[in-house]
Amino acid sequence: MKIIVCIKQVPSVSQVGIDEETGVLLRDGVQTKLNPYDLLALEAAFLLRERHGGEVVAVTMGPPQAEQAIREAYYMGADRGYVFSDARFAGADVLATSYTLSQGIRLLGAFDLVICGKQTTDGDTAQVGPAVAEYLGIPHVAWVEHMEGADGGIRVRQDLPDTCETVFMKYPCLITVERGALVPRLPSWRRMKGLRERPVEIFSFVDFMDGDEGKYGLSGSPTRVIRMFPPKSSDSRETWTGSGAELAERMKSKLQEMKVL
Amino acid sequence: MGITVNNKNCDKCGECVRLCPFAAIEMVGGFPVINAACKVCGICIKECGQSALILIDDVRGEADKGAWSGILVYGEMAGGRLHPVVRELVGKAHELAGGTASPKSNTEIYGVVMGEDTAAAANEFLSYGVDRVLTYEHEIFGCFRADSFSVAFADAIEHLRPSIVLTGATSIGRSLAPRTSTRLRTGLTADCTALEIKDGTDLVQIRPAFGGNIMAEIVTPRSRPQFATVRYKVMDEAPLVEPHGSIVPMKVTDAMKKSGIDVISVEKKPPSENISEAEVLVVGGKGLKSRADLETLKKLADRLGGQYAVTRPLVEAGWAPQSRQIGLSGRTVKPKVLLAFGVSGAVQFTAAIKGSERIFAVNTDPGAPIMDIAHYGVIGDLYEIIPGLLESGLLEQ
Repeated sequence: MKIIVCIKQVPSVSQVGIDEETGVLLRDGVQTKLNPYDLLALEAAFLLRERHGGEVVAVTMGPPQAEQAIREAYYMGADRGYVFSDARFAGADVLATSYTLSQGIRLLGAFDLVICGKQTTDGDTAQVGPAVAEYLGIPHVAWVEHMEGADGGIRVRQDLPDTCETVFMKYPCLITVERGALVPRLPSWRRMKGLRERPVEIFSFVDFMDGDEGKYGLSGSPTRVIRMFPPKSSDSRETWTGSGAELAERMKSKLQEMKVL
Repeated sequence: MGITVNNKNCDKCGECVRLCPFAAIEMVGGFPVINAACKVCGICIKECGQSALILIDDVRGEADKGAWSGILVYGEMAGGRLHPVVRELVGKAHELAGGTASPKSNTEIYGVVMGEDTAAAANEFLSYGVDRVLTYEHEIFGCFRADSFSVAFADAIEHLRPSIVLTGATSIGRSLAPRTSTRLRTGLTADCTALEIKDGTDLVQIRPAFGGNIMAEIVTPRSRPQFATVRYKVMDEAPLVEPHGSIVPMKVTDAMKKSGIDVISVEKKPPSENISEAEVLVVGGKGLKSRADLETLKKLADRLGGQYAVTRPLVEAGWAPQSRQIGLSGRTVKPKVLLAFGVSGAVQFTAAIKGSERIFAVNTDPGAPIMDIAHYGVIGDLYEIIPGLLESGLLEQ
């Protein structure tokens, strides 16, 4: 089977700049890492490959440096990897990002399963996975916490607020994964030595079937960030200092006053 | 919009020519070519084993904003009734429309419900002062299926043409909304904590962004509808009113009935895991030194008749399940009392707890961001304070 895993490089620090004019985050010069939830997506793919055979293909949209993300996926065990990279893809919101990913995935031929992390730690929207599924015209289940291959498809458990649903989807389909019981494997040093030279293929705008620039990057994005500001703090507040015992006593009497005790 | 053939992927099998119900594909020079008879039904795309056929999307222009008006609220169902977030969304919709249900403002408020039996939920919607509720009733909607639900949701939106669509930022809402907004080729803003109207009909969507300390204001200037998922327990509930609206049963089409998702079983989760319902929350953050310390916090939570919860780093460390996490990716909470131990206060966290009535923050660092929103900033070592709290006779009663 062929499993495509969508991954993304995210800043490893929380402080980043903002382009005043476009409201787009400036990611240059910031240390990056692989989105932690994507490590789980990769792990899920490797486990399925171990049971059912096939290959794991990692894809990412980003600057040429995003090649590093693919390389990390190689070190963990991915078989192939592609970066969708072009200046025209920059500044993309959810709609443009998912269109770019789906057009890129279409260039890779037939596939069985697409796996995404449930969200990224920078954008935090959790929207790209379901949006990619819609563009690819395949069903999806989000927040999957357990999965196993089954006759021509996959059986997954979906974590909803009050219930857990177990569902079956025929391939091709897409899932976004929760931590569940997944523990991402560490990159293997032996693999790293052997794979340093493995190519990472880059697809750019000219390789894509849809040559309409208006659907990619900032120009293909219906949403705009118009302002960023620090969150409001509360109006009234007290600061208490003292010894541990004093503070504990003070908290107790306050909790009593509030009828919690 | 149209379908194109990627010859690089094509194995020239000719299956698409045979499958096309409109005879819109011919083999020319060994490769399939799409002719003018194509209705963009997508069958060839779905069936092509080589992924050689590809949908090229519409050119995105500016929407005619005048053609879109009113506010549509998605009626998420929970156990045959509307999920409580729906009432909050209707409350916000009334506010955005410029008044409560009566006297009626001229911005219409709509609801949509999909389910096996929608009557109770539709009537609940009307009691919140909604003008029109569209219902899609079929057994396929008995359990959540993102594909079927998004086809019906998009159908409701195309029917009503609302300027704004609001969905709860629940697990279901955040799976359904992106699929539906993508279907409509419009923008979507995730997990909003505030919404305002600006310049007539433009919706300003405010959400915590980025793991740093930033709130972002986002607009959807060119497209309609303006689509947002809104966090639970942030907006005020709509008051109950004498119903004046109408229920409109909608046709359930074959496309809605055809789901790629077979539901095998549904299990109920034990209610105790639901931290968003707790009156008292004891929260542990990065300041905890070991997993065992979290057990001590659980004990404290038990004695206070509350629940324990954690911040993201503890979930990422594997100390607690995601169901216990407060923050952007986890749960919003509105307890009567929240006690935070060793929590510094990242923006997702403070945004998620700011609805709490009273917040105690125990931290050795008086400069920790959480002190800005705590009602009682307790500057001290949690390892000295917690034993004091646990030893108390008061806490054992």
